Amino acid sequence: MRFLLRTSYGQDIRLFPFGGAPALWTGLALWAAIVGGLNVASLPLVREGWLALAAGYALVFGLVLSRWGGAAFWYGLLGVAVIVAPMLVGTYFVGQLTFVFVYAIAGVGLVILLGLAGQISLGHAAFFACGAYVAAILNAEGWDILVSLPAAVLVSAVLGVVIGLPALRMTGIYLGFATYAFAFIVEEILARWDSVTNGTLGIAVGSPVLGYESWGWQAVLETEVELYFLALALFVGTLVVGLNVQRSPTGRAMMAIRDSETAAASMGVNLAVTKTTAFALSAAMAGLAGALYGHVLHFISPEQFTILLSINLLVMMIVGGLGAMHGAVFGAVFLVMMPQAISALKGAMPPAEGLPEVLAFLVSLPSAPGFEAGIYGLIIILFIIFEPMGLHGLWLKVKTWFRLFPLYKKGMFKRQKSYMASERNR
Amino acid sequence: MSRPLLCVRDLAIQFGGVRAVDGATFDVMPGEVFTIIGPNGAGKSTIFNLVSRIYDATAGTIVFDGHDITRMPVHRIAAQGIARTFQNNELFEYATVLQNLLVGRHRHRRTGLLAHVLFTPGARREEEHHRRKVEEVIDFLDLQHYRDQSIAGLPYGVRKKVELGRALAAEPKLLLLDEPSSGLNVEETEEMSFWISDIKKLLGITVVMIEHDMSLVNDVSDRVLALNYGKVIAVGTPSEVQAHPEVVRAYLGSEDTA
Amino acid sequence: MERVFAALWRLLVAAALLGFVAPPVLAALGLVSGADLVNYLQQVVSGAALGCVYALVALGIVLIYKATETINFAQGELMMLGAFLCFTFVAILGLPFWAGALLGIGACAVLGMATDRIVVRPVVGQPAFAIVMVTLGFGFVARSLASVIPGWGTDTHTIVTPFANQIVALGPVVISQDHAAIIVATALLCGLLYLFFTHTKLGLAMQAASQNQLAAYYMGIPVKTVFTMIWGVSAGVAAIAGLMLAPIAFVHTQMGMIIFKAFPAAVLGGFGSIPGAIVGGLVIGIVEALAGFYLPEGFKDVAAYVVLLVVLLLKPEGIFGHVRKKKV
Repeated sequence: MRFLLRTSYGQDIRLFPFGGAPALWTGLALWAAIVGGLNVASLPLVREGWLALAAGYALVFGLVLSRWGGAAFWYGLLGVAVIVAPMLVGTYFVGQLTFVFVYAIAGVGLVILLGLAGQISLGHAAFFACGAYVAAILNAEGWDILVSLPAAVLVSAVLGVVIGLPALRMTGIYLGFATYAFAFIVEEILARWDSVTNGTLGIAVGSPVLGYESWGWQAVLETEVELYFLALALFVGTLVVGLNVQRSPTGRAMMAIRDSETAAASMGVNLAVTKTTAFALSAAMAGLAGALYGHVLHFISPEQFTILLSINLLVMMIVGGLGAMHGAVFGAVFLVMMPQAISALKGAMPPAEGLPEVLAFLVSLPSAPGFEAGIYGLIIILFIIFEPMGLHGLWLKVKTWFRLFPLYKKGMFKRQKSYMASERNR
Repeated sequence: MSRPLLCVRDLAIQFGGVRAVDGATFDVMPGEVFTIIGPNGAGKSTIFNLVSRIYDATAGTIVFDGHDITRMPVHRIAAQGIARTFQNNELFEYATVLQNLLVGRHRHRRTGLLAHVLFTPGARREEEHHRRKVEEVIDFLDLQHYRDQSIAGLPYGVRKKVELGRALAAEPKLLLLDEPSSGLNVEETEEMSFWISDIKKLLGITVVMIEHDMSLVNDVSDRVLALNYGKVIAVGTPSEVQAHPEVVRAYLGSEDTA
Repeated sequence: MERVFAALWRLLVAAALLGFVAPPVLAALGLVSGADLVNYLQQVVSGAALGCVYALVALGIVLIYKATETINFAQGELMMLGAFLCFTFVAILGLPFWAGALLGIGACAVLGMATDRIVVRPVVGQPAFAIVMVTLGFGFVARSLASVIPGWGTDTHTIVTPFANQIVALGPVVISQDHAAIIVATALLCGLLYLFFTHTKLGLAMQAASQNQLAAYYMGIPVKTVFTMIWGVSAGVAAIAGLMLAPIAFVHTQMGMIIFKAFPAAVLGGFGSIPGAIVGGLVIGIVEALAGFYLPEGFKDVAAYVVLLVVLLLKPEGIFGHVRKKKV
């Protein structure tokens, strides 16, 4: 129930309704300034420095908590955890977390395109690839990330507009397949344009660089931790952009065309512009993710960016949930952790020798070549049947269950089904 | 009398061989409630779809507030000051009531994509302004209770209200209501009748509506237009039109139940 | 603008037809050598044969979409399973070819019905995107299962058809019997399906349920059962496609990837149109074969998609599709 007697509606619009945002920004700015300073001075990133910083940050949030409390505190805590994580866990895990941020950046774009604007894209691998190649090539030409990343984003966005153009004339499945055809052609161009992309052999990608030698300062982000923070910063930036779109008229226009194009147009929403904007934004974010992906992996080739990547990204959104930005993060965690879990399962299996035939067969299953895809498939099916809102939906339920603890009723989250959900005439 | 707000001249549209609207001509004066009646399939909703530019007219002109809108793209109609509701509700099903109403404000936005992406102070101020305007509509239609509910779970009567609210949030000069009372019970219809008079008197918005419920038509309409087979057969006060012999013939057998 | 697109579309169709019939005419006029014409016809025939397989997979997709509005991403996997089932009966169990093939097709149809009941039914009523992802997930699972079934595995297999290694000579044009059999069988199957949909009770019920679920239900048609049957028919068609593909490709777990050619075929024809799926499949098969023969390397793979994009841009509803506009 909302408080009715109020004079300002500002708090509805805030990212953190209880006033945590200023503290969050102060903390992040402080952190960025110090890390930036350390980097510029080419000082090693000392453990003690991190600890002090984290403590200071926690203090700021302690203050916020005492004043307002609520969501801001928990997000702040998460922020602290994410900032101190690299010094608590090994470099391997840091690398995995970096990939989580990479996929989450693309995920934010998909929440906008799929969740908000309701446009299907089977071609996101093309944007991903485009960002990766542009960033890699500019990096090789000696440009720093202040040039190469925006260029990657911009080129991907332009490609997004081009791929979005069919959206002006077609809807639903036709659009999905048009994007998919487009992505396939992009993939083929990457594989054939030897002089620029080195064809199917792929290209090695250098470490991201900030600044130029000729300017007197230059930081090469080559350690796992540095890449981690680059990815984190870019993810936070993308997330803020995504949330801003969601709460602004642009996002509402997208939501409107998702639910009823006719009504949206009658309310003054320009369908062409809105759809193209959704594609461009989503493509830009996928491009940024691709650029980072190349830098983190240090190698890109066309076969990393096939339809399977597009499908993987969609799977990520199904598992994470399309309804909110949280879904992008949950989905990214899933996408990164799944192969780990499966290989852990493989390792945990006892040797097959000496077991009865049936057991031996079961034990050998995780090592079968198609096992991973099968598990993915099973997870998709189970999620859609039992939890269509994805991990985010599950999370909301758990939260509500705890809040209402003794009063929780079984039927509370029963889904409403519409049996005549015909989308033919949308 | 002042200049008409909406001038429709010889408007026609053909679907295949069927002339759904066939040379309709009428004027709507500022500040009046103008009702279009007619049997099913007479072309009433088609006229609405033509005026709001969802359909392309085969012939004729539509002039609104001095501007020819006959060939204007759909999304620019709202900016002219025309808002509408739909016969079978076209709400944004998976959004909240508040968000639905805020889409109604779309034509009043002044900030662009860049401001939205960065959520500049300007964008924030504008959002707060829209919220205030939408709260006025919420108060006007008594929707406070449903503010944060998703449309998907709302009863039909409330949906109708929300759709009316969305059109009002646009602060239009002309409001097109397609069967505002269809699917409503007696009390809800009465409520709707009060709101339509309030919209006219308090907000000063010109209303064109399509309606079957004759008591509602008589209560709120200043003038009535009767349509049959896409042709205008009578225009005048409610009682004049209902007494018109051709209208009686068009409704023959069904006039008492309508 | 719309008029420009429509005019360009007519131009494109005219140009395509002209291009298609030009070589024989040019040869008749003596402008192209006989050997070149034979080459051309050879490509057209082998393209048409592969196109028939695309067409049948596309047909299965369209059947299911028309009826249930489900875009079945697992149609390729159904085909793969069908091919493996036929392989099991013919090669592993050693049944005669025709008996094994029929059993395989029947088993695949049952599998299709089971898919509808177990996987698709629980998600009916959810947004189209969710249903698409369910079928996609089912495809993953099916591929994975096929690779662990003893005797199937990740190896490639062959089904020896009665037509293997024999040829038909139509004048100077030499066609392998396998290709000829595919084309003939597709034509026969289309005829059978046409009769089935227009002359049998079940076929008519399927058509009715496809056009308007609610009305069909009120007329006493058990819509749910009919949908399950449609999945069965569609899976049976997929198995036939698999059986046809087996001699020209191989039977292996990845053969379901053909769906990436079948989708363009279905969309090209106008998603939801059965003749459209056949025409779309043939167009893509032939264009691909010709592009592979006459254009530099690489064009073969993108040919299907370039054609798809061009057609969709000019005619967003496909060759035989209808524009549906919502009534408000």
